[in-house]
Amino acid sequence: MGGSASLLPREALGEYQELTFLTKQEILLAYKRFSELLPKEERENACSARVPKSQILTLPELRANPFQHRICRVFSTSGNGDDSMSFEDFLDMLSVFSDSATLDIKSHYAFRIFDFDEDGTLDRSDLEKLVDCLTGQGEESRLSNAEMEQLIQNILEESDIDKDGTINLSEFQHVISRSPDFVSSFKIVL
Amino acid sequence: GGGGRVPCCAPGRLPAPQPPCFLPLAEVFLPEETHGAAPVDFLQQLPSYQSALRRRATAGGGTQERRAAPQGPAGLRAAAGLGPEEEEDQVAAPTARECPLSMAEKRRLRVNKQADVKHLSGGKQWRRTSSKSLKKVLSEVKEFSSYLKLWRHDIHSIEGKFGTGIQSYFSFLRFLVLLNFIIFILMFSFVTLPSIIAKYGMFNSSFAKIPPKNIEPHCTVYEPSGNKGLIYFYDYLKHLLSGTGFLEETSLFYGYYTIDATWISIVRYNVPLAYLLATFAYLALSLIWIISRSLEGFKQNLVHAEDQFQSYCNKVFAGWDFCITDPNAARLKHRSLRYELQTDLEEERLKRKIADRTTKEKLRIYSLRIFINVIVLAVLLGCFYSIYRATFFSQENSNGVSNMNFLVNLLVQYLPSIVITTANIVAPQIFSFLIRYEDYSPAFEIRMILCVFLRLASIGVLLFSLWSQISSCNTDMCKACGYNYELYPCWESQVGQEMYKLMIFDFIVILAVTLFVDFPRKLLVTHCSCKLLQWFGLKEFRISDNVLEIIYGQTICWIGTFFSPLLPAIATVKYFIIFYIKKVSLIHTQKPAARPFRASSSNFFFLLVLLIGLVLAFVPLGVSIAHIPSSKACGPFRNFNTSWAVVPHTILEFPKPLQQVLYGIASEAFAVPFFMVICLVMFYFIALARAHKRVAEQLKEQLAMVRFDPLFCTPKVFFVSVIRHAGKQQFS
Repeated sequence: MGGSASLLPREALGEYQELTFLTKQEILLAYKRFSELLPKEERENACSARVPKSQILTLPELRANPFQHRICRVFSTSGNGDDSMSFEDFLDMLSVFSDSATLDIKSHYAFRIFDFDEDGTLDRSDLEKLVDCLTGQGEESRLSNAEMEQLIQNILEESDIDKDGTINLSEFQHVISRSPDFVSSFKIVL
Repeated sequence: GGGGRVPCCAPGRLPAPQPPCFLPLAEVFLPEETHGAAPVDFLQQLPSYQSALRRRATAGGGTQERRAAPQGPAGLRAAAGLGPEEEEDQVAAPTARECPLSMAEKRRLRVNKQADVKHLSGGKQWRRTSSKSLKKVLSEVKEFSSYLKLWRHDIHSIEGKFGTGIQSYFSFLRFLVLLNFIIFILMFSFVTLPSIIAKYGMFNSSFAKIPPKNIEPHCTVYEPSGNKGLIYFYDYLKHLLSGTGFLEETSLFYGYYTIDATWISIVRYNVPLAYLLATFAYLALSLIWIISRSLEGFKQNLVHAEDQFQSYCNKVFAGWDFCITDPNAARLKHRSLRYELQTDLEEERLKRKIADRTTKEKLRIYSLRIFINVIVLAVLLGCFYSIYRATFFSQENSNGVSNMNFLVNLLVQYLPSIVITTANIVAPQIFSFLIRYEDYSPAFEIRMILCVFLRLASIGVLLFSLWSQISSCNTDMCKACGYNYELYPCWESQVGQEMYKLMIFDFIVILAVTLFVDFPRKLLVTHCSCKLLQWFGLKEFRISDNVLEIIYGQTICWIGTFFSPLLPAIATVKYFIIFYIKKVSLIHTQKPAARPFRASSSNFFFLLVLLIGLVLAFVPLGVSIAHIPSSKACGPFRNFNTSWAVVPHTILEFPKPLQQVLYGIASEAFAVPFFMVICLVMFYFIALARAHKRVAEQLKEQLAMVRFDPLFCTPKVFFVSVIRHAGKQQFS
């Protein structure tokens, strides 16, 4: 524990504290867990290394999560589309999912995670994929077509204010602000 | 691009077209800006309009608001905030970490901001740096205090394996441990400690027992049957379990505090006043703490009229617990989510059918409901009556005969507790069975309401039964004392003993059920492949039942602390042990419920029921303190008519002006206008909330109209919207 503290420079630690919602201990723990994902020879400069997506998905916090691929895609800043994450991406992710993140930030990123086709709105296909993620991946665990139709109809009725058949960011944030469970469920703590 | 981010806090192109007719809020408010539409002048009555007007006037120009604000409320605030420097006093500019950007972009933003800071005057700079360092100090303190939290690691692992619903139960348990500990510290330091110091003469202290004047001598006779002669071991155990014998004379019960005045060194310490004030203090402390914890959930529940917990958006967007780390738990969660969604959709289809019910069917359903409710009422009354009789029987038979068998004696002593616990196990099963036929919608959790009522009212019935015995006076000698001095020379101690027995029995039952029911059941289910047992399955961890159990114990503690000042210590230890019992039982012998209880509704529900328990605890305490004459044979209130009388007595010793002020506050001349002012304030807020709600509805309608109505849009914007709509139809 003391070793990892000396590996992360103090100015970087202070800067990360200012730029994220994480506390000092949480950043150090994140650093430790991140360097454990790297092979031994790369652990020295963990701050600049990138971890491939397959390694990130071995984290217990992500391995059971049905949105794991979307999370990696949204938070990764890798230019070549391989969804690898650097340490700063990892910190960004933990910051959004931390206890002290604001509702605005959480709802903004939730919108991006749920936007499967990345067109800036949640349309029917996005909502269908979302419900499939929630109910499980097997064939027998999907809702029937009629049930899915009824469910999506209800969701759009509740959240689509301008009645255009899709949910945009403002409508999503509006409906999230009235959702009592969102803050407690949209949380990952290492 | 693939990994691109939406830049916030800066004008720029967005990755996807947003509905261009999404008018920012200020546009709708201000009639001069709308394009010939009917001015919405009712909006001008609202205070929120006035503040928007003020903000717009100082913002200097409409360029910032005119930008389409599809970034959501954050974007609007950010857009308004990053203007000229004078604005920062009104709208807090978002800090770098509140912007949804990647780390590199946040860093750039921070550097830009720091460059801006240099343009500020010295005073503003100093204010900024001092607020920053204050924030840093606060966050360090918060981090440190989160380390001190009890069971942090245990609760975190439970959350990972079972989700936030069950975790909220254990957080609630932790809160109760802390609350009881603080109450214990309060009572101990203000009541018990001074009494012990005075009785043992430490620190040069002394105490005085002033014999009560104008009281018949027979009222003051009190002989607790203490350590007289040889005591057998089982007598010792009996005394320990029922609070009699040697335990009655200890500082555990009210009778020990038979002190009228103490001097610690040279300071006079008013023990009776301290006793009463400490009681009020712990009640007030509990009330304030619970209310402050439940404020968040309160706002959600009161502001939104519709049932938010049953809303589909809440279930779908906030349905997955991101903290689950265990693949098994994830599988269970998937299953329960699917089950919940399917059940809700089915019930919605059923509701539509119900709306088509004929009058004949409605009549049938209502008469069935009335019939079943009568049965439910009868069951409740039956339970209450049996508790009443059991208390009577127990009090009559445990006071005299001491040559009873040890076990029978214990049974008689614990009879009220046994009857209460049995009623609380049997009656909910009956209710579940009956309620199935009443065909209520699932949102109306009537079984919950009935169980809460049963639990809390049982204690009330027990106390009522006790009081009717204590105050039952037939002879003149008894009337002179005001209470039944023969059977209850020190009635507060005896009420304390009943509360003590209830608490101990509650703890024994929880322990016994876990050891003798849950573990054997788990063993049978895993090792015996009998079909019947497999159908029974493991016990479900029903959050609501467990929560009611501990709230019941907490209500007993609140009522009992006045009669037994060390009871909170016992409650603290009891809940501490229960945490580990429940945790082990959950992990090894139980499975999470198929029908989940929503997490935050759980939090609010727990605190609401706890609040109901607290308010219910006020009633017996109020009656005991203010109405029933205090016992003249023991306790600090011997010289007063009732326990409350010590307060007027103390006020009489205050200086005259202060006395007059206090009398004035307590008189009708003050209370009635005060009450009227409070009512007016409340009505004002209700009217404001209703007006805001109406405006929200109208704005929603306008939003839907805005997309198509050419009156609201400029021709160019209308064109773009039509093209986009046509484009969508072409490609879909």
